Amino acid sequence: MSSARPELSRRTLLKTGAVLLYGFHMPLAQAATAGFAPNAFIRIAGDGKITLIMPQVEMGQGVYTSVAMILAEEMDADFAQVTLEHAPPDEAHYANPMLGMQATGNSNSIRAFWKPLRTAGATARALLVMAAAQQWVVDPASCTTAASQVIHAASGRKLGYGALAARAAGLTPPATVPLKDPAKFTLIGKPLKRLDTPGKVNGQAQYGIDAMPPGVKFATLAASPVFGGKVAHVDDGKARTIPGVRQVVVLDDLVAVVGDHQWAAKKGLDALVITWNEGPGAAIDSAFIWDDIRKASAQKGVVAKAAGDADKALGDGDRLDAAYELPFLAHATMEPLNCTVHVTPGACELWIGTQIIARVQSSVAATLGLSPDKVKVNQHLIGGGFGRRLEPDMAIKAARIAQKVDGPVKVVYTREEDIQHDMYRPVYRDLLSASLKDGRIDGWTHRITGPAIMARFAPPAFQHGIDVDAVDSAVDIPYDIANKRIEYVRREAPLVPTGFWRGVGPNNNVFAIESFIDELAHKAGQDPVAFRLAMLEGTPRLKAVVRQAAKLSGWGGALPARTGRGIAAQISFASFIATVCEAEADENGEVKIRRMVSVVDTGIAVNPDTVIAQLQGGLVFGLTAALHGEITIAKGRVQQSNFNDYRMMRINEVPRIEVHLVKSGEAPGGIGETGTTAGPPSLGNALYAATGIRLRRLPIDRDVLAGRKQA
Amino acid sequence: MIPLEINGQTHQVEVSADTPLLWVLRDVLGLTGTKFGCGIAQCGACTVHVDGQAVRSCLLPAGAIKGRKITTIEAVGATPAGAKVQKAWLDLEVIQCGYCQSGQIMSAAALLASTPHPDDSDIDAAMAGNICRCGTYVRIRAAIKKAAGAA
Amino acid sequence: MKKLLIVLILLVLAGAAFAGWIVFGPGPLDFTGGSPVALADYKGPDPSGVPASLKTASPVARGEYLARAADCEACHTVKGGASFAGGLAFKLPFGTLYAPNITPDRETGIGNWSDADFLNAVHKGIARDGTRLYPAFPYAAYTMMSDADALAIKAFLFSLPAVHAPTPPNTFAFPFNQRWLMVFWSAFFNADHRFMPHPDRSPEWNRGAYLAEAMAHCGDCHTPRNLMQALDNRRKFAGAVASGWKAYDITQDKESGIGGWGDDSLAAFLATGHAQGYGTASGPMGEAVDKSLMHLVPQDIKALVAYLRTVPAVSDPALPAPKTAPAPASHREGVAVADARGKAIFAGACAGCHGWTGQSPVLTYATFTGGRAVNDPGARNVAQAIVWGVTREGANGPVVMPAFGQAYSDVEIAAVANYVTARFGAAPSSLTARQVAQIRQQAAQ
Ligand code: FES
Ligand code: FES
Repeated sequence: MSSARPELSRRTLLKTGAVLLYGFHMPLAQAATAGFAPNAFIRIAGDGKITLIMPQVEMGQGVYTSVAMILAEEMDADFAQVTLEHAPPDEAHYANPMLGMQATGNSNSIRAFWKPLRTAGATARALLVMAAAQQWVVDPASCTTAASQVIHAASGRKLGYGALAARAAGLTPPATVPLKDPAKFTLIGKPLKRLDTPGKVNGQAQYGIDAMPPGVKFATLAASPVFGGKVAHVDDGKARTIPGVRQVVVLDDLVAVVGDHQWAAKKGLDALVITWNEGPGAAIDSAFIWDDIRKASAQKGVVAKAAGDADKALGDGDRLDAAYELPFLAHATMEPLNCTVHVTPGACELWIGTQIIARVQSSVAATLGLSPDKVKVNQHLIGGGFGRRLEPDMAIKAARIAQKVDGPVKVVYTREEDIQHDMYRPVYRDLLSASLKDGRIDGWTHRITGPAIMARFAPPAFQHGIDVDAVDSAVDIPYDIANKRIEYVRREAPLVPTGFWRGVGPNNNVFAIESFIDELAHKAGQDPVAFRLAMLEGTPRLKAVVRQAAKLSGWGGALPARTGRGIAAQISFASFIATVCEAEADENGEVKIRRMVSVVDTGIAVNPDTVIAQLQGGLVFGLTAALHGEITIAKGRVQQSNFNDYRMMRINEVPRIEVHLVKSGEAPGGIGETGTTAGPPSLGNALYAATGIRLRRLPIDRDVLAGRKQA
Repeated sequence: MIPLEINGQTHQVEVSADTPLLWVLRDVLGLTGTKFGCGIAQCGACTVHVDGQAVRSCLLPAGAIKGRKITTIEAVGATPAGAKVQKAWLDLEVIQCGYCQSGQIMSAAALLASTPHPDDSDIDAAMAGNICRCGTYVRIRAAIKKAAGAA
Repeated sequence: MKKLLIVLILLVLAGAAFAGWIVFGPGPLDFTGGSPVALADYKGPDPSGVPASLKTASPVARGEYLARAADCEACHTVKGGASFAGGLAFKLPFGTLYAPNITPDRETGIGNWSDADFLNAVHKGIARDGTRLYPAFPYAAYTMMSDADALAIKAFLFSLPAVHAPTPPNTFAFPFNQRWLMVFWSAFFNADHRFMPHPDRSPEWNRGAYLAEAMAHCGDCHTPRNLMQALDNRRKFAGAVASGWKAYDITQDKESGIGGWGDDSLAAFLATGHAQGYGTASGPMGEAVDKSLMHLVPQDIKALVAYLRTVPAVSDPALPAPKTAPAPASHREGVAVADARGKAIFAGACAGCHGWTGQSPVLTYATFTGGRAVNDPGARNVAQAIVWGVTREGANGPVVMPAFGQAYSDVEIAAVANYVTARFGAAPSSLTARQVAQIRQQAAQ
């Protein structure tokens, strides 16, 4: 089973192997009674029903289907007969091997579980084959499997997995099992229909917000609009007269109204007169935060990676310096934050869609002073995660409210509360310097300044002052550069809580690097594609997709006035992607994106259609941020509130999007976040090509593009 | 008591007249297929049909719809346009997280019912009010065309 | 040389004549003619005070009704702040002025004010400490208020909780920061006399006139101002810009005014801020309805209607007769507009609530068919509503149009405003991004 140890990527700095190996050997005790449960992921009932337990949560990325495909492939299960179940909170069995905790994120579900799940499936298959061979008294090697059956071709006998379940349950798994030759895959690599979608077209799918335990009441909340503020006084006289309002819950930092339905709760909340002790946070605004991070970025950082002599090279060559900046962003998942909680004496039950079910369990337990086993968490489908549901804050708040309520209560954030109490994608500032020699980059320094989310989220991953997430895609810049130094300056945003956001660290770094590379290409007087290709000798997979993207996008072909093409190349989440954006900017600085072409080498694409969908959606997500996304702070408050002022790209703004997959036999890469990181730099470069104006900050400033304002 | 005709069934609901239909559906009747996204008619997640027209239920007062026929995502499959849209959605794997999709499907079904062969401008006009945070827009457009082709 | 002198003299005379023409312009009720009498001498039912149903109510309850009728709260309350605690900013061409705290707080409010102090302020624009008040405080209208009514309002204000809220200093530059100069302004423009009923008019009309002129001060927004910032009653109620919004022509002009409205529609608009076929009040008028007019008894609304009916028609040539038919149901039909962005934004952010016809499938308040704002080829109020949003206090709680100003560019706002007027109004607007930028600047906070 040690062969199942997943490939360690640069991001696997968390504890890895131990949890993993343990998890995949242990059968689930309660499942064993129901039939055959060779490990924590597979249950086969006597009637042949196969249940696969999903260690990673489904939030739209199609992981339920892809994970099931991996398991079913190695098991030779009949995919049509497979049913799925959410994994319960159980770090021992379901921890993500790359993250060392039960979490879904960082585009690594497939990468992390690729080998473990194949092994789990193959082990189950081996046991079923052994059971059949025993029954038939034949050599296991003479048996084959297909469509949930063991077949003995020589005698023409067949037995279904259900019929074999009881016998298989009594067998000891073999120490090692062979994995299938990828050439023999029958499911993996096929664009299969997703298993979670039928319930999503007819309203039957159950998201956290749809939980309806009997007797549930409905609540909505208002936390201090100023970060860090406390409740000073609440006048609930008017609220209590509103029909349907049941209870007003006042805690030290938030107020909630409980009602017969969400409307009563919301009307009640609106009718409260709340006075806040705003505290020192009220003095903070965006200008202060930018000033602060700019100052911090002037200091030397911790060196995260160095090669050659960057300073000398910068001194020798033709030098260019630039600073790039990214704003705070909200996640704005389509499903507003919510959590349903029932607190009973000595126990608690939760209904929630979360990316971190075990952490939700432990943090709610800690909040309520219970032991984790007294906290039952029911996992739900997620109406958009994007990193927001990697945090347990909504569950903790809901539990604190539920503590004061008799019976179950569903706490649903208003969209305004959701946007104004997010854990924001941090502000980042990137200082880049490079020198050119003979038309190539000779020296390169990159100083990243920003909060260390890892230090809060997974302290062991924050070593020597380096946040592995913040420097991801920067320390491993794919271009052949002899002299380079990548530094990191940790600077927490004053007051504003920050967290992971789809694309995580690479969002910042890919934007800064790929924009700057473009600047350097122009400085060198070279075509941006040719300039890149010349420096990608060390990464042939990236080189290949850059070539292909240029070809498919018609790179170099004529375009109308004020229209340009821009390219961005990246290795992120172990996938190789090149993206060409074609965009137009009018003289007012108004932008129209016309076309996106992405070529992707993600290794083996388990479900290629899902990979394409993730790219399409990811591009829209990133482009939305580039066009519209910015959270600003005034008087300690977030100024945006809902989709009217925190704007989303709509169907009539979306360009043609073409995604091409490169056939590959390499191990799968991550895909969920790659489109997000690809959008902004390719757009920025296209706008430079269209206007000659370089955008070093996001979102796109129309005044800068129109020449009304300096960049 | 407000009488409401939802999916062919009459319900008597005891809410104040200003209560938006969305919360009557979700919290009072337990029809949770209709989603809450913004509460201000900006996202379309709450779209239902009122006499066949796509309407944002998050602002629609229950007191204002007496005697009108409400159809929700749970029953739209029984309409010809709804069934076509649902099928096309599955055929083209439109859906990601799915949270916006009840609303997308309701808007698309209303579009097809009134405009059986929509072109891009019709799709823009009918669908731009529905936000999809997962960015499934290109497939939504393709699926609407597919559903229309199957007519 | 002599010639020059003559020219100069003529110029001075012309200037003086012009100044005189301004200064001695008609008063707000001069259009009525007839011979008004002092309130004490009037034989008909008292046009001042509270309606019959409240005659026996407590002084505080009566004061509350009158304070609403005079719409004190709208100006003396900042959004989200305590009622009457002041702080609302008035962005005027010469600087920003803040409404003072009028809660009974002794330090920052009017807790120390005597009855005489209060009357002095309301009638003459003179604060307790003798400083002159700027006419943003409509004392030139309130001067018509009876002493009894003013003091009832004071009694109501003094029944409120005292809120400690210092008023920010205004930002007027010289010479506008010289409050004493208002002595001259008041001498010319504040008649300082109480309302005088017209015996030849009906009691209802007199009540309406009192409400409109002494209390609701309609003219402060709807009557254009002269160079001295005084109301130009030669064009009474003909429309003006206030707080960046257009206060439309409410004279009896059939096209640009309200001459074509039925009494019921007019009453509904005043009482609820919406009338089928005439659109919805938004901006400052929405506030006037929510904070003031909505609280008046039906007879008082009727009285206002009766009075408004007698205001002579003055045409605003910029305003066509509103288009009363809904726009076509299909997005394809309707007026073509040069900038396609307007339609695209409308489809995304607006159509969900307003519908392609302009008849909201969701909320009556969101129907703008026939409304003046969409029928204003200046599109000022449409742009204002888009930038700042609209919050209305409906009968069942707030009705809100969200503000789009933060996330949409001036170009986009101009485009969508032009699309809206073209699709739903009688004549398309051609608002530019630059004008939107100006409109953003002008709005009150
Ligand atoms: S919830 Fe109704 S439109 Fe967003
Ligand atoms: S599928 Fe997730 S929001 Fe549309």
